[in-house]
Amino acid sequence: MMEQIILVVWTLVKIVAIVLPLIVVVAYLTYAERRVIGFMQGRMGPNRVGIFGFKLWGLGQPFADTFKLLLKEIIFPANANKFLFLMAPVITLATAFAAWAVVPFSDGLVLADINAGLVYILAMTSLGVYGVIIAGWASNSKYAILGALRSAAQIVSYEIAMGFALVGVLIAAGSLNLTEIVHSQSGGLFSWFFIPLFPLFVIYFISGVAETNRAPFDVAEGESEIVAGFHVEYSGAAFALFFLGEYANMIMISALTAIMFMGGWYSPISGESWIAQPSILWFFVKTGFFLLLYLWFRATFPRYRYDQIMRLGWKIFIPITIAWIMVVAVLKVYHIGPWFS
Amino acid sequence: MLEYLMSAEFYQIMLFWVYSTILIGAALAVVTMRNSIYSALFLILCFFSAAALWLLLEAEFLALTLVLVYVGAVMVLFLFVIMMLDVKIKPKSGMSMYTKVGLFVALLMGIEMIMLLGKKLAHVLPQDDLVKHVKGHSNVKEVAETLYTQYVLPFELASVILLVAIVAAILLTLRKRKDYKHVDPETQVHVKAKDRMRVIKMDAEKGNYIGGDQ
Repeated sequence: MMEQIILVVWTLVKIVAIVLPLIVVVAYLTYAERRVIGFMQGRMGPNRVGIFGFKLWGLGQPFADTFKLLLKEIIFPANANKFLFLMAPVITLATAFAAWAVVPFSDGLVLADINAGLVYILAMTSLGVYGVIIAGWASNSKYAILGALRSAAQIVSYEIAMGFALVGVLIAAGSLNLTEIVHSQSGGLFSWFFIPLFPLFVIYFISGVAETNRAPFDVAEGESEIVAGFHVEYSGAAFALFFLGEYANMIMISALTAIMFMGGWYSPISGESWIAQPSILWFFVKTGFFLLLYLWFRATFPRYRYDQIMRLGWKIFIPITIAWIMVVAVLKVYHIGPWFS
Repeated sequence: MLEYLMSAEFYQIMLFWVYSTILIGAALAVVTMRNSIYSALFLILCFFSAAALWLLLEAEFLALTLVLVYVGAVMVLFLFVIMMLDVKIKPKSGMSMYTKVGLFVALLMGIEMIMLLGKKLAHVLPQDDLVKHVKGHSNVKEVAETLYTQYVLPFELASVILLVAIVAAILLTLRKRKDYKHVDPETQVHVKAKDRMRVIKMDAEKGNYIGGDQ
């Protein structure tokens, strides 16, 4: 019994050790987003709010935003379903955080090293759509339900392309366990899956951007058409939860792309120096790179039209992924090429 | 006794009871709720509890697939349809015809289950010992081996039948409206600025209007 109590407490400590840094990263991702896009567009971005009177390039901004959101009133629309209205952001946040349980940060540094890790990730990310649908319905607002329908259709469509891209990864790695997938990419830059699975890599990341409803696929909250989409009626802390969930999902997609295709914690450099050793630092660098791509996309591309998004997902991405799965399967079964011999 | 109450087995059995109680309660709520959105949400809770029970059986792949397929895909479409239909909340009434028929069918099914499990399949049922696999046992591998060696032909047949059903359903519901304004994306993408607009060069006119009254 004592062992089980210790196990439970120890697991809780580990969960806190993942979630707290994640929240801090989310806070500073919003800051980085505004600064990076600001620089890309020749503006300054937030550079005023400091900490204890020191200006520090506006590093206090996320805290100011957080306190502002937490102190604001949560307004319930007339005839809204109060229970579901409050549950929706909780569902979004819970599923966004739950998926982190199986992410290996470094060799052995993972909360739950389960065999079906990839299926767990797919299951958790597919649950995120409930937060969106329920929020749209419970708000009792036309714009919210329109945004929810758009967003849900988009998430469900792009999940298929994402799932197929991951099927390619699991054929190449021969395992559903995320740690095993990274291990099968050991041996330097050229053993990483992004070379033999290049089409799947590109499709996975683009689908990830669409799945998280980020620019240029952010029709779910297209301001010019439906104000703010499914969370138009949300304010204060409830809105903050949606925000947190969305950014946690962005980091999740970036981390998964790093794990599946870019060799996770392995170093691209070979040699004896400390920088060539596989370490958590490389995992962070790769995740950070994909997060930068997210911001870069947002600063660069105009919003897609809704029917074009659907066409891209169904008519272009899914056929390409299916074809490439066949290619990978043939390469794997007959041990062809430098990667599968 | 105290030893038993503190053991891992007891903990597992308690979890089983908790999840099966939630499962049965949610299943009852699905049919008794008068708001169909709540019914659908309770059905999701049902699937979750069933997945948790499968996890207790150490069938983690099946449990996650249940969540992925039924909760992540099928129920999303259910919710969609219910939200779009705009179903009104039924006022409370006595036993309707549906309830009577439903109860009768439930009774019949219950009797059938008891007959099957009590007589024929009694020896297959586990006698209150917990499922325990050896360390390193992989549920994924076990499912794959059963599905792709022993039952490969029925499995492939079933998937082909499903595919045919999907294609047929799409074909039956696909129709074009008369005022259909679809544009081929290919032509849209390849359109050039000079196809759509004409740039006119002209010299600046003399400033007739500058400087107030004429």
